[in-house]
Amino acid sequence: MNTQSNSYTFIFAAVMVLIVAAILSFTAFNLQPLQEQNVKVEKYQNILASVKIESTPANAEELFNQYITGDMVLDANGNVLDGKGFDVKLKPEVDLMYEAKRLVSELGKVSADQKASIEEQLATIKTERRLPLFTCSKEDGDFIIIPVQGKGLWGPIWGFVSLEMDYNTIYGAIFAHKGETPGLGAEIDQTWFQEPFQGKKIFKADGTFVGINVYKGGFEAVGDFDHGIDGISGGTITSVGLEAMIKDCLVDYAPYFKAQMAKESSEPEEVSEPEVSEAVTNSQEI
Amino acid sequence: MSLLSPKEVKLLTNPLNIDNPITTQVLGICSALAVTVKLKPAFVLAISVIAVLTIANVVVSLLRNAIPNRIRIIVQLVVIASLVILVDQVLKAYVYDISKQLSVFVGLIITNCIIMGRLEAFALGNKPWPSFLDGLGNGAGYGVILLIVAFFRELFGSGTVWDYPVFENIGLYSIGYVNNGLMILPPMALIVVGIIIWIQRHYSRELIEK
Repeated sequence: MNTQSNSYTFIFAAVMVLIVAAILSFTAFNLQPLQEQNVKVEKYQNILASVKIESTPANAEELFNQYITGDMVLDANGNVLDGKGFDVKLKPEVDLMYEAKRLVSELGKVSADQKASIEEQLATIKTERRLPLFTCSKEDGDFIIIPVQGKGLWGPIWGFVSLEMDYNTIYGAIFAHKGETPGLGAEIDQTWFQEPFQGKKIFKADGTFVGINVYKGGFEAVGDFDHGIDGISGGTITSVGLEAMIKDCLVDYAPYFKAQMAKESSEPEEVSEPEVSEAVTNSQEI
Repeated sequence: MSLLSPKEVKLLTNPLNIDNPITTQVLGICSALAVTVKLKPAFVLAISVIAVLTIANVVVSLLRNAIPNRIRIIVQLVVIASLVILVDQVLKAYVYDISKQLSVFVGLIITNCIIMGRLEAFALGNKPWPSFLDGLGNGAGYGVILLIVAFFRELFGSGTVWDYPVFENIGLYSIGYVNNGLMILPPMALIVVGIIIWIQRHYSRELIEK
């Protein structure tokens, strides 16, 4: 047979593509449940890790059901919506958030009537947002857990931040990344980077939202002890992306947090009660 | 009776030393720079490259008489790319932790010039069994250099070996030693590879160009 003829070449290419496609889709199809299970278990583990519960892939689901008491969805105005936070896909949420950010940046440049339409769009986005929120109850108190996602240097970075029931103090934070530079940006998934987040505040004393500030050269030099975190030398873009991720993701929860804080301070009869039990009532109401 | 003929043994051992893909053929340098910051990803990548190279070599060698000459590069590319996707899928399903660490690097196996180089230079003209040995040898030769470079970069850049804090445990930090941040950056991989080439040529004089 002439393996150099045009028709042979075409037939060879077509058959090869078909065979390869069949093999690949067969494997992908068969391995998909395993892969999805891995992703789910990883999410369980990440959520648990953000409230300092250690888990293994084997017991993650069990521990998750044991400790994570609440799972809800909010919009960016602070209203509680139907649905499970665990099932919310973060990617479209983050895209909506970037869209909102872009619109906000345009606000300054446009004329008055365009401004009105942009503000309208922003308001729609706010009601369209679906923000997952988990509540956790364990031996040393109750916490809320918020998933965050943003951009690193090479790809997405994400994580979970847990707050104490004052809706302000960070209890724990864990971060992960798709492909940041090993030894530099990739260090965000290490405990030495994550531990300093504990005890940081996301609101100023006067109630303005700050999030977390990442400083090149160390937060101690600037004196921002409440909100400051040391950046990673050589991983500046990842550090900056992480700061933006925390600010952008948490700021949408601010209306809900403020409403909860106001609720708590306006119920003076409950002030004498221990913080924890009040928190439990709150999360049950929700 | 030995399992391999002397010629076949050479197929396996030459790439480890005098015909090493990285230090002699200077192929696959790109990934050698990218993944050698730490030993663990370097190790898994080495294993993955060995698997892909060996299987691709055998497949192309089996098809060598059927592949139309004009589209042979594309055929080789398709074989490599599908194997890489397979490896990636399998890693994701069975060793999720490691696949997360490697992330983009697995996909980068496709761009590894060693694989294409071996297919083109060896598998297209040889029977499956020698091609298998050639793939194994070249993959191992690549892996060995990767591990050596990763060992030194991780040791001096992060003070650890396989994530075990060596320098901390022997008390080097307490007497004022600081990790060399330059070792983490890609240029140092090039310099380490350069030093390996230098040492290799010191011992294997026949490699020195006249």
